[in-house]
Amino acid sequence: MARYFAIRLARAMITIALVVTFAFVVLRLSGDPALIIMGPEAPPEVIAAFRKAWGLDDPIWMQYFDYFGAIAKGELGRSMRDGRPAIALVLERIPATLALTIPALLLKLAIGIPGGIFAALHRGSLIDRAVMIGAVAGFTVPSFVLGLVLVLIFAVQLGWLPSGGQETWRHAILPIFTLGIGGAAVLARFTRSAMLEVLGQPYIRTASAKGVSWRAVVLSHALPNAAIPTVTIVGFMVGTLIAGAVVVESVFSWPGVGRLLVVAVANRDLAVVQCILLLVAATMVTSNLIVDFLYSFLDPRLRSRETAGAH
Amino acid sequence: MEPLVSLDGLTVAFNGVKVLDGISLSVGRGEAVGLVGESGSGKSVTWLAALGLLPTTASVSGNVKLEGTEILGASPATMDRVRGGRVAMIFQDPASALNPVLTIRRQVGESLALHRGLSGAAIHAEARRLLDLVGIPDAERRLSAYPHEFSGGQNQRIMIAMALAGSPDLLIADEPTTALDATIQAQILELIRSVRRETGMAIVLISHDLGVVAENCDRVAVMYAGRVVEEAPSGELFDDPRHPYAHGLIGSLPPIDGPRRRLTAIAGTVPDPKAMPQGCAFAPRCGQAAAPCGTQPPRLRAIGENRRVACVIDQHAGASDIIGQAAE
Amino acid sequence: MTEPLVSVDGLVRTYRMRAGMFGRSRDVRAVDGVTFGINRGETLGLVGESGSGKSTTGRLVLGLENPDAGSVAFHGRPLPATDTSEWRASRARMQMIFQDPLGALDRRLPIAAQVREPLDIHNVEDEEFRTARVAELMRSVRLSDDIGQRYPHELSGGQRQRAVLARALATKPDFLVCDEPVSALDVSIQAQVVNLLIDLQAALNLTMLFISHDLRVVRQISQRVAVMYLGRVVELGNADDLFVSPQHPYTKALVSASPAPGARRTERIVLSGDPPNPAAKPGGCAFHPRCPSAFARCRTAAPALVEVAPDRSVACHLTGVESHAATALGAVA
Repeated sequence: MARYFAIRLARAMITIALVVTFAFVVLRLSGDPALIIMGPEAPPEVIAAFRKAWGLDDPIWMQYFDYFGAIAKGELGRSMRDGRPAIALVLERIPATLALTIPALLLKLAIGIPGGIFAALHRGSLIDRAVMIGAVAGFTVPSFVLGLVLVLIFAVQLGWLPSGGQETWRHAILPIFTLGIGGAAVLARFTRSAMLEVLGQPYIRTASAKGVSWRAVVLSHALPNAAIPTVTIVGFMVGTLIAGAVVVESVFSWPGVGRLLVVAVANRDLAVVQCILLLVAATMVTSNLIVDFLYSFLDPRLRSRETAGAH
Repeated sequence: MEPLVSLDGLTVAFNGVKVLDGISLSVGRGEAVGLVGESGSGKSVTWLAALGLLPTTASVSGNVKLEGTEILGASPATMDRVRGGRVAMIFQDPASALNPVLTIRRQVGESLALHRGLSGAAIHAEARRLLDLVGIPDAERRLSAYPHEFSGGQNQRIMIAMALAGSPDLLIADEPTTALDATIQAQILELIRSVRRETGMAIVLISHDLGVVAENCDRVAVMYAGRVVEEAPSGELFDDPRHPYAHGLIGSLPPIDGPRRRLTAIAGTVPDPKAMPQGCAFAPRCGQAAAPCGTQPPRLRAIGENRRVACVIDQHAGASDIIGQAAE
Repeated sequence: MTEPLVSVDGLVRTYRMRAGMFGRSRDVRAVDGVTFGINRGETLGLVGESGSGKSTTGRLVLGLENPDAGSVAFHGRPLPATDTSEWRASRARMQMIFQDPLGALDRRLPIAAQVREPLDIHNVEDEEFRTARVAELMRSVRLSDDIGQRYPHELSGGQRQRAVLARALATKPDFLVCDEPVSALDVSIQAQVVNLLIDLQAALNLTMLFISHDLRVVRQISQRVAVMYLGRVVELGNADDLFVSPQHPYTKALVSASPAPGARRTERIVLSGDPPNPAAKPGGCAFHPRCPSAFARCRTAAPALVEVAPDRSVACHLTGVESHAATALGAVA
């Protein structure tokens, strides 16, 4: 087991390195930060000084190795825009983002999982069809469209809620729902199909043939099995806690990590973009590790990997 | 004497397509009844329907009586007491019939809690006794294992232990050895025999294997396309089958000793339930089919003691003699 | 005696297997020194339970896999190495049929086109000849012409297996390996295919290796039978009397485990223990932990397959002892 997780951990590090490399290459290819930050009218000597200060004159491979070496030492660089450490810029935005994404995740779980189970148990019924139509609508409508529609209804037409900003908790309601509804739809579909698959298994029939009540069959025989595939998608959602709100934060002018990313990309503020990407990759990879661990907790067939060698 | 379980006119349809058409069959206390037939004959559906285990999309009609009490359409609470408590069932593929994420103790214990009212340490002790009884070595330790840690034969033993947990009067064994190797099949059948000797439990053995049924049952019903076509004490059936299908089925089985003979293969294939012939479902494949066979399905009629056949042709009076009453 | 069409000598096939996902890998001998010959026009039945290595043996004989040791000779010449052009050419004369006909057929092509395919691949004669040959093949497996225009999913299991058989026979092979060809079929349909195989074998003077777990079907179709257990042949003999008077304790148990309608002629033997697992093969005679008559020597030495009577070979220390005792007694008398 320890070896299994060591391998997973190594793989996780490689994933992060690849993400960082990718970001480095794409950002360096897409434009000159000096020109963008200083502006096209800046005198050439100012631009040259900027380049020298940020090491942009070095060959690209050297910049790459410097950058990697710095990361290894825990230095994530400074914002080219205001010179503050990139990590500080990012960290101060995280609470605002989590204030949206964590309630949204809870909303997804609270609606998606029971909705999916209910639909599966009443397969083919009106409720099942309603849930499925809702689910398809929920994840085909892009979040900026959904966000704008919610703003039109609840802010513009009804005037119940503010359309943007971060002053009170009421400002958070629309963005949270915008984020939550799409995810809940995905989760409902996923839970439904996992549940249907499990309910068709022979061991469900065995449980019924034993005289287990249908309620107990669902709760103690079907759910533990259906949880296994569902954990994957929930793990993915946990992985998007930091960066999953880019669009929604922009729509609702919410000052979170997503907004920071949009601004930093527009400015070619390399250190900040890379810092965010590193953080996003790390969250993703961590949630994947947690999912793996949960798998072996939920499924004894995976757990016995550790003892299989003894046979 | 009143039979333990009796089915009368049991009919099942899925989306209007009849897959079971008026099954009448009874099982006495302590009796071993075999149900043979090829895939799609309805032998498993019969008992899943009788125990209310078919999906709700199935429409089921007829009567199922347990010691004279109707149980078809009984309340879920009543059925939960019947299933596992009075009538237990084991299935073809034991590995997938056990819940992969629950321990054996949990699965066997569940039946003990439901039907014997046991709890805590009593469950553990009784579960261990049952595993010992069905021949799982090192039962104490193996109670906390999961199904994937056992072989197919051992899983079927666990299924049997689980079935015995509710002290049922009847065990429905649905192809219990089909997925197992020959020598393991022999072990499981031996186990079922010894359990029956000890408990006096009745059994319905559902199998496509004539040999398995012949060796383990007192009485055999042969099913074809959703109907019972012949019913007889097993010795008589194999020595002297009366229905042309039963005859063909037995002739299809290669002998293991004695002179080799050409197999009497039955031509054609089983009819599609959606396009059932109007008359006898076997008529299109029957070498002896005559005009009346095409008009209506023959009723199951008694021919001597303990024997019934659903065929208008009287095999003993000569192949061409047609029983008048069947055409009525 | 003439030379056998197919002769198999000391075949060994080892797989590397890992216990669990990260367990240490080890070698598993799926086939462990198998030797037999099949005469022209003869059917050799190969019976055994799962893990006996019977299917692997079938693939080795056809060269679908290369053995780690031992050899297969066809017409007295060694089989060309797998995937060489000589091997592909020889494949036209050796064909294989599997348990699952649906998997062996292409779902998108009508049956007649698939039966014709090998003729096109091996460039047999001209267009007209091929069309006539397809019709002839379809007749020979008793499939009507209209079935040729249908697709695999429109056929019943028995019809599909006959279509596969027609395709296998297209290039007029000398040798056919059938791996559980009727196991997935219902009894009455199984009988149709068994009868057909017997008829075709006689008509075409085919040589067959017929692999099955079903003793009855194997006896029906074979002239000689080999019984395998954990990668070795434990008994080999004439089909008619092998199951009537089995010598090896495993064969005895296997015969006893084959349930029979009507009165049982032999005592019921129920073997104890788990099914054989090639990854944990016992030392000595692999059968000894389950053998009711095992003695000390069985745990240490694996018995060789020896001829104990005309047309009967057994790999058991016990039969050796008995025949030695019998010869000794005979000498005294």
